Amino acid sequence: MAQKVVETLKDVTVIFAGDSGDGMQLVGNELANTSAIVGNDIGTLPDFPAEIRAPQGTLAGVSGYQLKFGNYDLRTPGDIGDTLIAMNPAALKVNLPKLKPNGVLIVDTANFEKKNLALAKYESNPLEDYTLDKYQVFPVNITNLTREALKETGLDTRGIDRCKNFFALGMVFWLYNRPLDFTINIIKKKFAKKEKVAEANILALRGGYAYCEATEAFAISYEVKPAKLAPGKYRSIMGNTALALGLVAATSKAKKQMFYGGYPITPASDILHELAKHKNFGIKTFQAEDEIAGVCSAIGASYAGAIGVTATSGPGLALKTEAIGLAIATELPLVIIDVQRAGPSTGMPTKTEQSDLFQAVYGRNGDAPIPVMAAATPSDCFEMAYEATRIAIKYMTPVILLTDNYVANGAEPWKIPNIDTLKPIEYDHTADPDNFHPYTRNPETLARKWIIPGTKGLQYRIGGIERQNVTGNISYDPDNHQTMNDLRFEKVDRIANEYPATKVVGDEKGDLLVISWGGTYGATATAVERAREEGYSVSHAHLRYVYPLPNDLGGIIKNFKKVLIPELNNGQLVHLIRDKYVVDAICYSKVKGQPFVVGEIQAKIAEVIGK
Amino acid sequence: MSTETQQLKKKDFVSDQDVRWCPGCGDYAILASVQKIMPVLGNTQEGTVFVSGIGCSSRFPYYMNTYGFHTIHGRAPAFATAIKATNPKLDVWLATGDGDSLSIGGNHFIHLLRRNPNINVILFNNRIYGLTKGQYSPTSEKGKITKSTPFGSIEEPFNPSDVALSAKATFVARGIDRDTKHLGELMEVAAKHKGTSFVEVYQNCNIFNDGAFLQYTDKVSKLENCLYLEHDKPMVFGKDDNKGIKLDGLKPVVVSLEDGKHSIEDLLVHDQYAEDVTLAHILSSLSQKPDFPTPIGVLRSIEKPCYEDELVKQIDYAKEQKGEGDLEALLNQGDTWIVED
Ligand code: SF4
Repeated sequence: MAQKVVETLKDVTVIFAGDSGDGMQLVGNELANTSAIVGNDIGTLPDFPAEIRAPQGTLAGVSGYQLKFGNYDLRTPGDIGDTLIAMNPAALKVNLPKLKPNGVLIVDTANFEKKNLALAKYESNPLEDYTLDKYQVFPVNITNLTREALKETGLDTRGIDRCKNFFALGMVFWLYNRPLDFTINIIKKKFAKKEKVAEANILALRGGYAYCEATEAFAISYEVKPAKLAPGKYRSIMGNTALALGLVAATSKAKKQMFYGGYPITPASDILHELAKHKNFGIKTFQAEDEIAGVCSAIGASYAGAIGVTATSGPGLALKTEAIGLAIATELPLVIIDVQRAGPSTGMPTKTEQSDLFQAVYGRNGDAPIPVMAAATPSDCFEMAYEATRIAIKYMTPVILLTDNYVANGAEPWKIPNIDTLKPIEYDHTADPDNFHPYTRNPETLARKWIIPGTKGLQYRIGGIERQNVTGNISYDPDNHQTMNDLRFEKVDRIANEYPATKVVGDEKGDLLVISWGGTYGATATAVERAREEGYSVSHAHLRYVYPLPNDLGGIIKNFKKVLIPELNNGQLVHLIRDKYVVDAICYSKVKGQPFVVGEIQAKIAEVIGK
Repeated sequence: MSTETQQLKKKDFVSDQDVRWCPGCGDYAILASVQKIMPVLGNTQEGTVFVSGIGCSSRFPYYMNTYGFHTIHGRAPAFATAIKATNPKLDVWLATGDGDSLSIGGNHFIHLLRRNPNINVILFNNRIYGLTKGQYSPTSEKGKITKSTPFGSIEEPFNPSDVALSAKATFVARGIDRDTKHLGELMEVAAKHKGTSFVEVYQNCNIFNDGAFLQYTDKVSKLENCLYLEHDKPMVFGKDDNKGIKLDGLKPVVVSLEDGKHSIEDLLVHDQYAEDVTLAHILSSLSQKPDFPTPIGVLRSIEKPCYEDELVKQIDYAKEQKGEGDLEALLNQGDTWIVED
């Protein structure tokens, strides 16, 4: 056997694509995990249909998993694929535009027959015409090879065919010189109760690897050296998991009970699933009868002294609106998480978007200010969930934390925080019974006291009817309403006083400032970095606190000739910025259910500065 | 402290807020009977929470010198369930109305009953929307003429106890605002029930639906129209107990005890503790049948595990299995790796 030729690369983007039942998410995740463990930085983009088992072989049923791994701080799952694994014609058709010219294309030839070609709306077989001329095509009958490798396992053909994803993964592992053992361990754990299936999957994985070794299918293989991440202990984490852990951390640090009330909704349900596992932290999870009961139960729990939390996605947030108004009026702590998805209405439940910003900031009856935060990356979800909880309790206010499908389901290496460095979460449930009024305020934060039922001598009544300042009694007094309205705004505004300074990456003055918020962080940061390398006078400011806007942002904006705001909506932050700073900020909108790729923003930067 | 053991009185449960119901409203009587039984039940002011939705009845918490939360329309069950789940030691009450619980809050109402937390629900049924000034409600009778139904309502009304029984309520009862003595006793039994107790109170709205329950409160007609239920007692009613309810197969019939054809032995005997719900359903159905009396009292009272107890049990079990939550260990679980300096 010839010596394996290994070429070293800085980064690689791999796309697995197949039917939604082909297990592409599973093997994509495994490549991500192994890459993280061997020390690469990773960025992932799962892209799957909303239907659990969409019709086989169709374009609508294609499930893809894009992953980038590299030897430096990556921030994104890659603009364009170096390697594409297509398990059928539909997967090829949908994903081919994402493969770079001369990219490696591995196809399972078994499915390139009449029926599947027709389902994919191919008039002729792309393996036989000119469609794939500009790629390095590796036609491999993965289905047959897997059947051959697994024929002794005793599984039926259906069972065997379910393992072909691991055969494909084995090939990719060979191509990129990844070790098999982490995945083998995971398979053993995952199928602990189905030994036969575990064995078969391991056999398929090894089979794919061995096939490449024996046939010398690929002339060269590649390797990506570990990234130089900040020293520390790491694990790979997905956004929703990180978010749930942030909530557990807040509960644990606050030494309080957490009550999570929610209703299943894509893509937020994993937060409920994760929290439900951690009952030993005293977390009570309540699967409510609907979204409204979800938030109402969380508010009730908060009134009774627990940390009340609810998570949802756009349509669910709409249903919770009235109750959030009550939490604002009664000044109770509450954490509301919105994992945004493409809207309006049902929209595209498994696709990403940032279009709930207006809903979060403005979407209630009456003047109803609420702090709004947004997580930038999967691991940032941990910190922001913790911070949202801390702010909610300190200021006795509901807080909306926005993430999105891209951040929630993406994975990246996470430097595990030292729990001693987490900010304390403070509250005081006591008051002097002779001098107690429910709406007496802390002079610094304007927060009222969190007095909870069961406390002797302090019983009080609150509700959604306007309350007299200080006493909390029902009041229809005109001046009091003005006072209370002003106080509600003032209290939320003061939260900005404790934000960390807004970081400007790049020069403090220049032609262009690009402002991003939430999940567009990675693509924007990288685009600005590359544009700067090309000599453009451009800087980047990212917002994790969206309402109220940071106190220092106005001053920063003044130092630039132009402001550009890339957003996955029709231009929402741009309105907030124009409104507050009266600046002619330029909107760069994308509403395709897909995140920005770096190249798009980079091109926009050049266009705006060039003008 | 010795003062803590001081015997509380009714007035200790009266808040300093002015009661703002219309003079003559049936709500006053219900409020008074609840305030009166608080000390009887041994409740403390701080250990009691009144939760409500929206509507005339939902102003209730403001008038109780306990903890109180006036929430939003129809959603009080979700708040109340969570308050109880968060702190099971609290005695949680829910004041609601026919519109609040059976229209806008129907979903929450049935799920509250299904979950069975130890909460006391009082549904003020006045068969009208009072606070919005007189539209028909989901319990208004068919043909009802109101501001929103000038030609009469064309909808079939709900019978609250039917709904409660179908939602698997463990305690279902009915009282009448005017019969304060019976109401007080009923509230006490309801409060002592472990699980969600549901008490529907016929409440007169003297402004928008005056006299809706006159037939059950008028000295003469109430004898014909009310069937006062007592556990283990035959179902008799009428002037001088001259009539009774008998079962013909599954069909209830009214029989005379004076015509020599039936005696008290033939009558249906009430069993409020019956595991099987059929009897309760039959009784519940009477109030919507013409020529039948309406049952007043406890229709059903059975024991089932309470939501909050089950929840706490699971948490205790999780702690037993996995140990008290260890944050450090949780954050560090799974495959980890070290990046050296
Ligand atoms: S409107 Fe009717 S129910 Fe409401 S307070 Fe007045 S009398 Fe009572």
